[in-house]
Order: sequence, then C-alpha cells, then structure tokens
Amino acid sequence: MKTFKGYRRANGSIGVRNHIIVINTVGELAGLTKKLANLVPGVIPVVHQAGQSQYPEDSAQTIKTLAGTAGHANVSAALFLGMGSNDPADEIVETLKKDGHHVHSILFDKDKSIIECLDEGRTWLENALEQSKKQKTEKADVSELIIGLECGGSDAWSGITANPSIGVFSDSIVADGGTSILAETTEAVGAEHILANRAVNSEVADRFLEIVRRYEQRAKAVGENIKAANPSPGNKTGGLTTLEEKSLGCIKKGGNSTLMEVIDYAYSPTKKGFVFMDTPGYDVESVVGLVAGGAQIVLFSTGKGSPTGSPIAPVIKIGTNPKLYKNMPEHIDVNAGKIIDQNYTIDQIGEEIYSKVMQVANGEVTASEKYNNQEFSIWRLAETQ
Amino acid sequence: MNKKFNALQLDKRDNVAVVLETVRFGQLISVQDEMKNVNASTTIPYGHKVALVFIPKGEEVIKYGECMGIATADIAIGDHVHVSNVRGLTEKDKRFRKEEINFENI
Repeated sequence: MKTFKGYRRANGSIGVRNHIIVINTVGELAGLTKKLANLVPGVIPVVHQAGQSQYPEDSAQTIKTLAGTAGHANVSAALFLGMGSNDPADEIVETLKKDGHHVHSILFDKDKSIIECLDEGRTWLENALEQSKKQKTEKADVSELIIGLECGGSDAWSGITANPSIGVFSDSIVADGGTSILAETTEAVGAEHILANRAVNSEVADRFLEIVRRYEQRAKAVGENIKAANPSPGNKTGGLTTLEEKSLGCIKKGGNSTLMEVIDYAYSPTKKGFVFMDTPGYDVESVVGLVAGGAQIVLFSTGKGSPTGSPIAPVIKIGTNPKLYKNMPEHIDVNAGKIIDQNYTIDQIGEEIYSKVMQVANGEVTASEKYNNQEFSIWRLAETQ
Repeated sequence: MNKKFNALQLDKRDNVAVVLETVRFGQLISVQDEMKNVNASTTIPYGHKVALVFIPKGEEVIKYGECMGIATADIAIGDHVHVSNVRGLTEKDKRFRKEEINFENI
C-alpha cells in the first residue's frame, strides 16, 4: 500500500503542502497583493487580472476558481483582498468558512487608508503563518491523491516518450484507487470518439462529445477551424500524419482507463479514477483549473521546457527528449528522454513518475517550486464589458 | 534492456513503430521489447513511423492501440508511414466506429 504524509483539513481533504496565500478578487489589486505578500516572508501571492467588468459566465468562473484555490487542500489559510461594495470576497469567505477553511477578507474602499488595510493584512497573515507551523502531518493513502495531467511546449517527442509514460502512471494510480484528471479539450478534437468509447456510460460519453463540440464552435466563432489547421506543417515535419494521431499523443496521458466523469472548469471530481476536465489548451489556465478542482499535484510534460508552475500545487516537469534535459536540467524533474538515448522503456519511466509523485507528496520540492514559478490565470470565456 | 533498440512500438496492437533515430535505406530497425527486426525501405526521419507488417490499402493504421488513419496505398514492411500513404478519419469513419460502442458490456 502506497502512503504519504499530508495535512488533514477540517473538510476532510488532505493537502501535500501547507501554504498561506494572499489572493486578489479583482485585477486592480494585483500590485497590492504582491506588496502585502512581500511584507510577510513565506506567504505566497496568488495574483491575476480577472474579476472586474465580466459577463455573468466569466464572473461565475472567476469566483469558482478563486474559491477552489483558497479552499484547496494544499492551503492552510487564505486572505482575500477585494475592492468596493459589490466585491465577491466576503461572500466567498463566508462560504469557505462554513466548510471549515481558515480565510479572511479585507476590502479596500474610501473609508480606510491603504496603509491601514496593509497593516491589517500583515497582522492576519503573520498569525496564520504561526498557526500553520503547528499543524502536524498524518499518514494518508494514495487513493486520496488527485493528480492533474497537462502538457505545454510540446514537441515531436511528447506523444512518444513523456505522454505515454504519464499514461502508464495514470493507469497505475487509478488501479490503486486514486484519481487522475486529463484536461485540454482542444487537444481532444479529432480523437473525441476514442475517449467517448472509453466512457463508463452513455451519459459520460455524450457529455464529453458535447464539451468538444462546444470548444470547436467557440473556435469557429473567432474564425479558427481546429480540424483544418491540424496537424500543422510543423507537426507533419515532426512525423505526425493525422489529427487523430496528434490528439492521441496528447490524450494518452490518460492511459487506457475507463473515463468515469466529465467535469467543468475548476470543478472537483465527484468520482475516483480517470476523469476529464473541460479546460483550454493554454497551459497556465489549464493548470489553474485543475488545481482549483482539487488536484494536489500536477504532472506536466514538455519538449521545449515550459517553466509553468502553480502558486499552490507542486508541478512535476517531465522532459520529452535528452537535449532538453542536457540544456535545462534545473527545470526538469523526470527525464523521459532516457527512452530515446538510454534504452529505458515507457513502463520504467511510468514507474519513475509514480515514485516522484510519492516523494513530492511527502514534501520533496519540484523544480517549479524551487524557482517560485507561480503562474496564475483564469480561463476567460467572453469579452470584457 | 541490454539490447540496443532504435524503434518503439507504443502498443502491442500497433502495426507501426516510431523510429528513435533517423534510419537510411536498408538499415536494420530493432523494435524495443520485440523480436521484430525490419529493414527500412527508405530514409525515415526520427520521430516518424515505419510499417511493422504489410498494411493493405483501405486498412486501419494502428498506433497507441487505436486507429489513427486509413492506408491510401499498400504499405510494405519497412516503409515510411506518413501523409503520402495515410489519410485521417472522416466523420463517416468515426460514425461507424461510434456505432460499435457497446455500453452493455461495461
């Protein structure tokens, strides 16, 4: 039985980190959020530009993402910075408090000086940091882990080395009772029938086909035909022949397990096993959605060395080729390029990924954590008002 | 593990393998975990596919254990498998496949 030591939260979830974060509800407060985090070493700023002048669907998505981030199992305490009377900070905080989370909000308005607000924030964060140091870890089973699966800065090797190895890992953790979330709806276009075939029932299959269709339509509305544009001339030079082949190279991160559920952006899985989240192809927005949905760790394959991290979840970088590992080893946690030049098998790299996941769940720092790569951006669906 | 290989079959069901280094005409391609050795019938750049068996025109090309396209010409063992002899699936091909889904077996 595989186990790890994590932080048990009041709502029953278990974190692999014990972060204190400060997070803004509206883009106007991005600068002050960073400033406040700098006043208390150890506090992580979660900064974004969304939240203001949004149409209802984006408003809802922003609130869902912020709540999922602040209420994440890897977060010990979260301070919201909001602005004005219609700010959602108080409402998010009230909801999270009911679930037992340690959260607080400060609203900037004309009644208080910025210095006063920052002082209040600093005091709250210092206390939260002290309390977090007293929290003890406890033993937990691997079945409590949710792992996000992502790729970014892909190359011709992604679908040959790293992604199939992640697929081997995904099948293993699913067999051990855990959960893996595949994402990036855009990458599934062309191979949607294959994942639909693996769905546990016709409702899940239909739901999956529906989100792929919706994605294609959204792309068409801005003049992009995903099917006609892929595989690109560059893809073909790299050896990809058809759109199905390109999509397969991406979706094989999810191995061969049964698709149990399809969830919306930033929503949490309600089933264990292999699930799919509707996210865009942009790696930062996709990782943010996966983590807001509860992924404690994200696996991220890259051929070009995309340094994307997360403010609150360890991101494990899996390099696809030997050259990348030679040139930027400090950004790579697992070198799947060994399949190409050192005769390793996909199964062996899959096992290596599983070992790395357990080490990281037990506190080992990943490359993206070491370099404080804390990208955060929320998927936008519509224009700004 | 001790044996040196220069191609990878991503799934046991595949009728193609991916070459891990560029191979020239006549060069031996040894596939990982397989007794199979084939000779390249042409230059095949690294990352591209080689046919492991004869694939007749109209047959499915299988990679990752899934259908990734349809052969548009007869493909001999050792041939480079790419855009000149494979096409993607049409909606009709896929509809046909969708009808094969049998949820009662799950």
